This record gives sequence, C-alpha cells and structure tokens, in this order.
Amino acid sequence: MDVRAKVIEIIAEQAMLEPGDVTPQHTLSDLGIDSLGLVESIFAIEEAFDISVPFNANNPEDSSFDISSVEAIIGAVEGLIKDQS
Amino acid sequence: MTTGRRVAITGAGTINALGRDVPSTLQAMRDGACGIGPLDIRDADRLSVQIGAQVRGYDEQAHFNRQQISLYDRFTQFTLLAAKEAVAQSGLTFEGAAASRSGVVLGTSGGGLNTQDENYRVVYEERKNRVHPFIVPKLMNNAAASHVSMEYNLKGPSFTVATACASSNHAMGQAFQMIRTGMADVMLTGGSEAMLCFGGIKAWEGLRVMSRDACRPFSANRNGMVQGEGAAVFVFEEMEAARARGADILGEVVGFAMTSDAADIVMPSAQGAERAITGALADAGLSAEAVGYINAHGTGTAANDKTECAAVAHAFGAHADKLMISSTKSMHGHLIGATGAVELLACIMAVRDGVIAPTIGYEEPDPECALDVVPNEAREAKVDVALSNAFAFGGLNAVLALRSV
Repeated sequence: MDVRAKVIEIIAEQAMLEPGDVTPQHTLSDLGIDSLGLVESIFAIEEAFDISVPFNANNPEDSSFDISSVEAIIGAVEGLIKDQS
Repeated sequence: MTTGRRVAITGAGTINALGRDVPSTLQAMRDGACGIGPLDIRDADRLSVQIGAQVRGYDEQAHFNRQQISLYDRFTQFTLLAAKEAVAQSGLTFEGAAASRSGVVLGTSGGGLNTQDENYRVVYEERKNRVHPFIVPKLMNNAAASHVSMEYNLKGPSFTVATACASSNHAMGQAFQMIRTGMADVMLTGGSEAMLCFGGIKAWEGLRVMSRDACRPFSANRNGMVQGEGAAVFVFEEMEAARARGADILGEVVGFAMTSDAADIVMPSAQGAERAITGALADAGLSAEAVGYINAHGTGTAANDKTECAAVAHAFGAHADKLMISSTKSMHGHLIGATGAVELLACIMAVRDGVIAPTIGYEEPDPECALDVVPNEAREAKVDVALSNAFAFGGLNAVLALRSV
C-alpha cells in the first residue's frame, strides 16, 4: 500500500476535501480538522495500516506521534509501520 | 433568588471505590486515599486502559438473593445499597399520604451496561439464540429508580435523568426543585454507575482522553481521566418537616442552575460553565464571596481542567483566589452518571465537618489552573457554602449549592 497516498486520502476524507487539495505542508488546522477529527483520523490510520498509534488527546503536543503537518504524519506512520511490522 | 420551601438533606448513603458507606468514604477522602488500581474485569488484557476505581471484592450474593440478582444489574445493586444507608440515616418511613408525597429521581449514564455487555457476548460471541427473560427490565436506565420506589413505597414523582457526566447533578437539582415548589415532600436522589466492563472501557478508550496511570486533576502533567463506579443516594426533605421531627440535618440545598453550551459535543465551554455557577448562586440568593469550597468537575483532562478554572476565575473575580476547589475524582475516579452524587459527599463534609477533601496526585502547578486546588492533603476550614460542579459531554452543565445548617 502507498502509505503517503493512503494517509492523504484519510486526512482528505476527514477534511471533506479531494486528496489532490491536501498538500504535505498543510497542518490539520489549515484543513479545518479539530480535536475530534484528529482522533477519528488516527483511528482510521490504525485500521488502515494495522498499527497502534501512541496518542493521548490530552497532550497531543507531547505525543511521540508528530501531527504538526501532513508530511509529519506520513513520516510518523511510516515509522510506526516499520517498528510494528 | 428563587423563593419557596427550604430543602434539607437528612440522609446519605454510598458505595464506591473509597468505601462501602458514607463514614468510610469520608474517612478515605480525609486521608487522601486513592481508590484507583488495576482493573479486575473480564478481558482486561485486551484493553489499552487497564486502570479504574472499582468497587473491589464486591460480592452481590452477600447482599441480594437469587431472584433479586436476576433483576438487579450492578448499577441497581449499588443504588439499593446506597439508598438503604440513606433511608436508615433519615429515619423516615413511607406510608399512606407520606408515600404519595415522596419520590425518587436518580442519574445514570450507562444504566445496565454490564447486563448489555454480558448479553451481547452471549448472542454475538457465544452464538446463542436465547437470552435470560429479564434482560430488558435489568438493563433499562430507570431500573434503579423503580426498584428504589418499590423497596421504600415511594409513590410520588419518580424518574431517571441521563445527561452523561452531569446526570446526578441534574437529578438532584430536580429533586431539590420538586420539594422547593411543593411537588413532593421527600425525594430520594443521587445516582449510580457501573460502566467498568470490557465494552464500557473499550468505548471510552476510543476518545483517547483516558489516563493509563493516574488521575491528576489540575496538575500540569495530567494526562486524562480514570473511570470509577458506584453510587450515592441522598434523602432530600422539606426543611420544616425535617426540623419538626428532630432529624439530623446534614446540610441545606440552597441553589441549582443548569445551562447548555450549545457549542460542541465534547469540548467544554468556559462560558457555559460560568453561567451555571453564577446561576446557582443567583438561584440561592448568595454572593460569590459566600462560597468557601467548590467540588470541581475536575476530570483530569487537559480540556476540562483549564476550562473549568477559567470559568471559576471569571465567575468569582478576586474571590477565586480565596476559595478552595478540589477534584475528588483523583480518589474515586470519574463515576460518570453517579459522579455528582459521590462528590456531594465531599461538599457535605466541607459544610458540616469543616474538612476539605484534597486533589490527590497533584505534582506540578499549571499556570492555566492557578487556583487553590487543595493539593494532596485534606484541610480543615470553616465553610458555609459549597458548590458542586458537573459539566457533561454534550455541553450540559449543572451546579448545586449547599449550605451549612
């Protein structure tokens, strides 16, 4: 599976955008994804890649899972797939 | 100020992770004891959150017979045990005309969730095509209120309120208003919750707001809520009648307000909380300066605690720095639909005994929660008025005001 394309697809679906409208530089807030949308996206990522994402909604900034941009999320997912395969 | 008859609390009962009755629970709060520990439930190994404030070592057969157990979910059992203690303390009996002037209004969020969970296993996991005949009357949210009405012959207004984490406060607010306005003379009220089962915890895990190690309200290093279970039930009684019969009055309920944020299904609003706080004071005809203690909603999530502190700071102005505010959820966990009821015990202890229950697990000050949160150790202080806050998912807020008698 193309991890990059799948992550963008998940984020785009959450943002109610076309995948082509989501760029790696976008932050989640740029895309209008709030805290509930983030939790739902992480769930979708876990289901899509069969991984467990370490993320606590209480302190998203302190989480080892980097959500600072779409690119960062793709990198974090690639890392988790590698670590957990 | 809303005028009407005055409302006394003449009985209290509980079962929760801190104790099997009110004296042991209050002693645990004084001691700053922690009721949170490893969850002892079926399939706990498949949960990512494996802690909770459970009523440990609970044996239903020690309290109820076979027929009763076939009808009483765990949340109903907890309710009946708490009600028994409360009614015994009040010394009331309910016969004749008194019965029709007495009722019961209770809060719960999950109702018979254990019964649902167990029976979904039976039909989905074990593939059985037949379930016990009493599943519906056992799981329904009003089962506890109905069994209390039957146990004590309460023939007046009786129902159940389900507003998530504010259920008990909404229920007790209703009971208070019914007596104040003359709809009833005595109301049993409070709430019960027994959500610590596999499906109950699994659903909460999804929101990713649960802590995996401890509940540390207001502490900068807090990382989420911890669920608890149990019940607390009170006897609310018209003040003059309570005095006339020489009842021991634990406190007076003087105000109640409820608001809705009308904003977000999970994120709290400081404005909605503040309006409930100031509304309860206005309802009671009290100034902000009269309040000495607030039992906070204080879930230990990042969002609640900073929002609640902002609401309190704004509602009380300069007085916010003089009052004490603690979250006893650090000890008994978050009892969801029963939490306001168990927390009212801490308010009674404050106004009656002059003991303020602490916020335990407090490790690091948070500039966004810069109030006197009574960290880690109980404190002696004379308090005339205490508030109990509850702010539910869905933006539904309910605040009660209690005064010493």
